Amino acid sequence: MMDRLDRTTQGWIVLLAATLVMLALRDKAGWLITYPADWVVPLKDVLNTAMAWFEATFGWFFRGLTAILDVPLKAVQVLLQWLPWPVTIALCAVAAHAAAGWRLVIFTVAAMFYMVLVGYWTESMNTLALVAISVPLAIFIGFVTGVAGYYFPRSERVLVTILDLLQTVPAFAYLIPIIMLFGFGPVVGLIASLIYAFPPMVRNTMLGLRSVPAEVIESGLMSGATQWQLFWQVQIPTSARQLLLGVNQTTMAALSMVIIASIIGGTADIGWEVISKVRKAEFGESLLAGIVIALMAMVMDRITAGLALKDRSEFEQAGSFAERHWYWLLAGALAIGFFAAAQVLPLLKNYPEALEFYPAEVMNDALSSFVLSSRGVIEAIKNFSFFFVMLPARIGLEQTISPYSWGFEFTTPLKLVYLALVSALVGWAWFKGKINLALTLAFFAILFFFGLTKLPWPGLLAMTTFMAWTVGGRALAIGVFLSIGFILVTGIWPQAMLSVYLCGLAVAISFGLGAALGIAGAQSDRVSAILRPINDTMQTMPLFVILIPFVMIFKIGEFTALLAIIAYAFVPAIRYTEHGLRNLPSDVIEAATCMGCTKWQLLWQVKLPLALPVIMLGLNQTILYGIAMLVIAALVGTNGLGQQVYIGLGDGDFGVGIIAGIGMAIIAMVADRLIQAWSKSRQEAFGLTAP
Amino acid sequence: MATKKSNGADSDQTVKVSCRNVWKIYGEAPETFFQGGSGAVSDPTAHADKIRQSGHIVASANVSFDVHVGEIFVIMGLSGSGKSTMVRCLSRLVEPTAGEILLDGEDLLKKSPTELIDIRRHKMGMVFQSFGLLPHLNVFDNIAFPLKLQGMGLAERRDRTARVVELVGLEGREASYPRQLSGGQQQRVGIARSLAVEPELWFLDEPFSALDPLIRRQMQDEFLRIQSQLQKSIVFITHDFLEALRIADRMAIMRDGAVVQIGTPADLIINPADDYVKEFTGDVPIARVLTAETVIDKAKKPTARMPRVSADTSVETLLPQLADHKNGIAVENAAGKVIGVATAQNVVNALASEAAKRPDDEGAPA
Repeated sequence: MMDRLDRTTQGWIVLLAATLVMLALRDKAGWLITYPADWVVPLKDVLNTAMAWFEATFGWFFRGLTAILDVPLKAVQVLLQWLPWPVTIALCAVAAHAAAGWRLVIFTVAAMFYMVLVGYWTESMNTLALVAISVPLAIFIGFVTGVAGYYFPRSERVLVTILDLLQTVPAFAYLIPIIMLFGFGPVVGLIASLIYAFPPMVRNTMLGLRSVPAEVIESGLMSGATQWQLFWQVQIPTSARQLLLGVNQTTMAALSMVIIASIIGGTADIGWEVISKVRKAEFGESLLAGIVIALMAMVMDRITAGLALKDRSEFEQAGSFAERHWYWLLAGALAIGFFAAAQVLPLLKNYPEALEFYPAEVMNDALSSFVLSSRGVIEAIKNFSFFFVMLPARIGLEQTISPYSWGFEFTTPLKLVYLALVSALVGWAWFKGKINLALTLAFFAILFFFGLTKLPWPGLLAMTTFMAWTVGGRALAIGVFLSIGFILVTGIWPQAMLSVYLCGLAVAISFGLGAALGIAGAQSDRVSAILRPINDTMQTMPLFVILIPFVMIFKIGEFTALLAIIAYAFVPAIRYTEHGLRNLPSDVIEAATCMGCTKWQLLWQVKLPLALPVIMLGLNQTILYGIAMLVIAALVGTNGLGQQVYIGLGDGDFGVGIIAGIGMAIIAMVADRLIQAWSKSRQEAFGLTAP
Repeated sequence: MATKKSNGADSDQTVKVSCRNVWKIYGEAPETFFQGGSGAVSDPTAHADKIRQSGHIVASANVSFDVHVGEIFVIMGLSGSGKSTMVRCLSRLVEPTAGEILLDGEDLLKKSPTELIDIRRHKMGMVFQSFGLLPHLNVFDNIAFPLKLQGMGLAERRDRTARVVELVGLEGREASYPRQLSGGQQQRVGIARSLAVEPELWFLDEPFSALDPLIRRQMQDEFLRIQSQLQKSIVFITHDFLEALRIADRMAIMRDGAVVQIGTPADLIINPADDYVKEFTGDVPIARVLTAETVIDKAKKPTARMPRVSADTSVETLLPQLADHKNGIAVENAAGKVIGVATAQNVVNALASEAAKRPDDEGAPA
């Protein structure tokens, strides 16, 4: 039989067998499981020394920059605090109308009045000030970099890798060097949000400029355009929509990072309000403040997205000065009107505390009684997931099963039963000709028996490298080998495995759930219409806010983190699955229908296999989202790399934090490259193009 | 052999633009195959093969032709034959690897970027297959775009634009955006824009290929009407042989980057240079190509009751009239003087003799 197997299958069999051999030898050679401490390269000390030198040598430059950036920041803060709240709301409402009409005006006014009503106006305006400074800067930097990337395609490879790193290294990790260089204070939030927010603008600028049709450029040239005219009058307007989508993404990224950066404190903004309340486990307070962030995010998203998707035709209407500039005139009139009114009515200037509505206590009481009354159910859910799903994946059935957890001992006869069951399943798949399924089953049987954190590192390293080689060739294999090697030699392997375990589990569940919902959405327009607003809301919801309800009900712990990651990461799985299924070539669907496919056969035998590459890109996004949330989830008690980053931030230990951060980025990028390579090869095989 | 238009190429032999041994090679080191930028080689076919064997792509191989003032010169070829590359070399959207391009006797390839921009602003207009309109500008602004780039004032821009809008029949659609227009209307905008600068040289790169057949036919008629008013020097690219026949004064057939044959449509049909050209011409209904002039009986005297047609009327349009007028139809030249009478028998004889020149499997059309 062996002679008929291809080399890939042979390779997998050898690797699985080798893993089993290493597991058999684990008592004699413990280094196979635990990477020896002697072999760790003291990179973090080197990094700390280098950082100390860098800080001592160039610190003056960054402190100077802080002083410079502090001026406009303070100015905007003072301005926003000084303006009576109705003026600010009116100006935002005019912008909302310009972007998307009356419905958004109502939403904007209601959302902003909520900030006044619950008494978070001052904090909200401090956050807004940070965003107001960081967004234009990020857009400018991103645009210039994107244009450079467009004109120098050779730099693209380097550029894309740097952008990937900036977006996947968890924000907390680069907060550490930023604090060291720029000192504490709001400017840290500003710098962090700049670094995090400019990459989407770069990507969208390059994408936009590149998507200008060749004939449009040629027609510009034939019209006698100079390079300058061609750029500003042909290429930029033609890619305006993509550029404005970049503005939208940059704004959202800037806001989310401003919120995350407030963890260092000293900003008196709304993010700090949420974090300090979450830490004190005050449900009502944190939720009320969290809603402010969510509303702020939604308003900013809708306004910038509205501007991006707007029909330009209404923009450039000719007419008198008043007709062409009526938005500005209206905004000015409203601002002056409300400002004057605020001088007469103190209510409009400083909203009195007596009129605030702050139902935190009521909410806390309601939550307490809910948790009390359903404690049994909550505990049951938590324990079940912990003993039957999470622990087996982490430390294996071998160590999970005990009278305390499962109610019985995992005796040798039972282990033999497990072996027999697994062998039967693998054997069945093998003789059915489903070799890949058999191999996958065998891998997971080993994983669940021994646990991910107890598997030998040489085996995992070899398997990942081999997988990279089969899907992406030699270059990818070398890249993956070196990346994972970095995790090993820097001594963060155990934490990395904990992260992979938690994130992997969350991603598996999110993806299963999301794909199922996505299929339902693709089959039924009604389901799709229900899913869309949920997806939109979850996507704009800042990460901290997602954490709140889970912490309140399930308390601090790994299970809460798992739920929070799932809640954030299932959205891309829905989106990509639905998109993939809905955008298949219609002739194939028609042909299959004509052959007499039932709806079910059509789905399973035609649509899903064809949509698989796109759905896999959804898996890719799910992983990236999961890892992004993993860091935030470290706040509620996890033990992986996220926690390491957090420790590094707490202790001001640059080396520890940055290495853990890079480790997380490596996991994200390895997963990303593997799936992209696989998806690309499948799409090419089907003759489809990426979405 | 008669031309399709008596006021066409024959009347004015001044050369507007001239290609001399133009080569366009893509690859790592294309210029190494030519010395001093000269495209003249002793054996072009062998040279092209040598370049291909070195892993380079030959988009244009030793192309030479002249376009006369006021004529419609069609470059016809299948996709990948190098015709689009050629028209882009003529406008220097693509930089030729070797050879010369003379515009009004001056070497276009020696012009500086500033001079080139000036030439494009005043002497050249181009129409694109997918229209190449700017999506963010309305019809008026799209058409006025080249004028605006020159820094022309609004009043003059309005004036000029109004003229070409009327020419292409787009009155009333000035405020529409490209996406609100049908394909045919979008191409009218493209045509109007290319004419707004009042160019002397007009390039059309498969202008009607993206349109459906009915609209295509209509646009060809429009195009011929516009040309009869403006008398531009035109380079027209197409992959549609019948389209080429309808509009060409002279045409070049290209294959694998090289020109296979240049001549009037009738030349190509009657004397195809090789089997490749014959493959195209074989399918062409001869009646569409032969003009009334070629089937007249000069000895026969016209009667007063005979209808009159011009010399460049195709035999195809003549046939139904012949059915009604058994005695024949008077054929007159551009000056209105009758030069002979076409009868049904003349037409049959002419068609039969043309059919006899073709391969047997085509069969006689009449």
